[in-house]
Amino acid sequence: MRRILVSGALALAALGLGAVAVAAEHTELKHQHWHFKGPFGTYDRAAAQRGFQVYKDVCAACHSLNLVAYRNLIDLGLTEAQVKGIAAEITVPDIGDDGSAIERPARPSDRFKKPFPNELAAAAANGGKAPPDLSVIVKAREGGPDYLYSLLTSYVPFDKLTPEQIKEFNVTKDDNFNLVFPGHRIAMPPPLADDKVQYTDGTKATLDQEARDVVEFLAWASEPHLEARNRTGIRVILFMLALAGLMYAVKRQVWADKH
Amino acid sequence: MASSHGAPPVFNNKVIAWIDHRLPIFSYLEKEYHTFPTPRNFNYFWNFGAIATVMLVLMIVTGIVLATNYTPHVLMAFDSVERIDRDVPSGWLMRDLHMNGASFFFIAVYIHIFRGMYYGSYKAPRELLWLLGVVIFLLMMATAFMGYVLPWGQMSFWGATVITNLFSAIPVVGDSIVTWLWGGFAIDNPTLNRFFALHYLLPFVIVGVVGLHVVALHVHGSNNPLGIDPKGPQDTVPFHPYYTMKDGFGVIVFLIVYSVFVFFMPDFLGHPDNYTPANPLVTPEHIVPEWYFLPFYAILRAIPDKLGGVICMFGAIAVLFLLPWLDTSRVRSCVFRPIYKWFMFVLVIDVIVLGYCGANPPEGYFVPLARVATLYYFFHFLLLLPILGKIERPLPLPPSIADAVLNKKAV
Repeated sequence: MRRILVSGALALAALGLGAVAVAAEHTELKHQHWHFKGPFGTYDRAAAQRGFQVYKDVCAACHSLNLVAYRNLIDLGLTEAQVKGIAAEITVPDIGDDGSAIERPARPSDRFKKPFPNELAAAAANGGKAPPDLSVIVKAREGGPDYLYSLLTSYVPFDKLTPEQIKEFNVTKDDNFNLVFPGHRIAMPPPLADDKVQYTDGTKATLDQEARDVVEFLAWASEPHLEARNRTGIRVILFMLALAGLMYAVKRQVWADKH
Repeated sequence: MASSHGAPPVFNNKVIAWIDHRLPIFSYLEKEYHTFPTPRNFNYFWNFGAIATVMLVLMIVTGIVLATNYTPHVLMAFDSVERIDRDVPSGWLMRDLHMNGASFFFIAVYIHIFRGMYYGSYKAPRELLWLLGVVIFLLMMATAFMGYVLPWGQMSFWGATVITNLFSAIPVVGDSIVTWLWGGFAIDNPTLNRFFALHYLLPFVIVGVVGLHVVALHVHGSNNPLGIDPKGPQDTVPFHPYYTMKDGFGVIVFLIVYSVFVFFMPDFLGHPDNYTPANPLVTPEHIVPEWYFLPFYAILRAIPDKLGGVICMFGAIAVLFLLPWLDTSRVRSCVFRPIYKWFMFVLVIDVIVLGYCGANPPEGYFVPLARVATLYYFFHFLLLLPILGKIERPLPLPPSIADAVLNKKAV
């Protein structure tokens, strides 16, 4: 048994080394403590609700969230009435009973409205490349929440750059320089700043706070079932540990006369 | 019920006796899974056959459930997988079980293969048993590769591009074969459709070959850590309850480790790029296959010539087919092979090094490292095995299994 564990650990160590080697190519990420990390992790509802506000007021101008519906916000602790209200403020395109194009208020069952009618329009309005959809962005980046938090908080203004950085990465005045973005020149201008949003719960809207909150929200959007997964996992593993103990006792009993 | 060896079972239940008289499935189960004489000295490495079987069944069950909710279309596949994750009741569980199940199926099978190699389970009279096992391994690789394409993420698409393009290295007909595989002139909807069809079909082919694998196993029975044949009832125990209970314990311990991944780090073994929908116009920075292919991927890239790389990659599996005849030693188990034993450990390290090289971009010191490791891999099978068997002086074998088990100092 010990040998099996050792060989398993070796294999995992080899995998882990591979992952570390890949991640080390970029600048060190700012590692944060996230409420949803670990086997007992849950989403910080208040932070995620604030993060939704950041998404709605800032990110949604360019980034879609195609896989999330307004009804999903109920999972973040909003009431059904609140969700209906949020949806009703938004007008979405649809097809009327007579087949003509109409606009109507969104319903909770609608997916989040896209900022652009299609990918070509999104690309045309953003210098040739459509801003990525944010539905699974936390799972789609190496480093996940730490990477996104670092990305949002690691912009360096042109006049703060060293001459070496400007030379090495070919930065001009119009470029946005980000310490953690691969290649450092990023099309997205710094999206967040102090007091970019007015939090309804009175929290002070610093850049750091906004970044943490929106990452909490996007982590939830990427994986809405995380809490159910953790809960189920704890139960399954406790059950299996008990079962393993019983099986071991049975096995010992059966083999007692053979050793 | 009678449990003495050889005597036909007597069934007290009239229905069972009636059926068995006409279709002897109960006699068969009784003979093959109850009284079946099994060496008494298995260690826990012998659990991995049962574990692999459990994983195969688990993959088929979760796979069928997923297939009822999946849409094999380039415009809808990615979203349909996300829909399973988000909106289908317990869909996230089925998907996490299935995608991590592939990894754990391979973990079980890799341990099973190395166990067979260490204890010489491929030697006469079990050569066909071993060959069928390598066929299962090949079928698993094909199934896993096509399954990874189905979510239609960036790594799905570009992994499929790299692997299918390998066939273009074949002289003269290579390009035609690639077009035939793709069902067109690029990887597109026909490719995804056929991969889905084959990904659904091949697991049942695997079940069939596993059946043959088990039939071949039950002709001469299992090998054992000593690699010597049982000489009588004192050397064996009935399969049930001795090994059903021991396998049951091993399976549950394995499933606990698997559950830790499924429930607490379901994406740890995956690649983040596969959460970006496939885009034929954007190539990922590094294209890497799933971890269980990395050693073979490293061999492919270690050879500076495309056709040579493809030949070596497939050759790495082809040598497994020849293994029973490459090994010239008459002793099965490494327990009694004082030199080869250490080379087995070196081979395991070599394969891990190859996997490490495969995970990293082919630059810097990874290039010579992968080449040396590739060379060593083939050296082990093609030179070391045939020669060492001739010159190595094995330790004396114990007179019988019972003797070795009951006088531990004999081993």
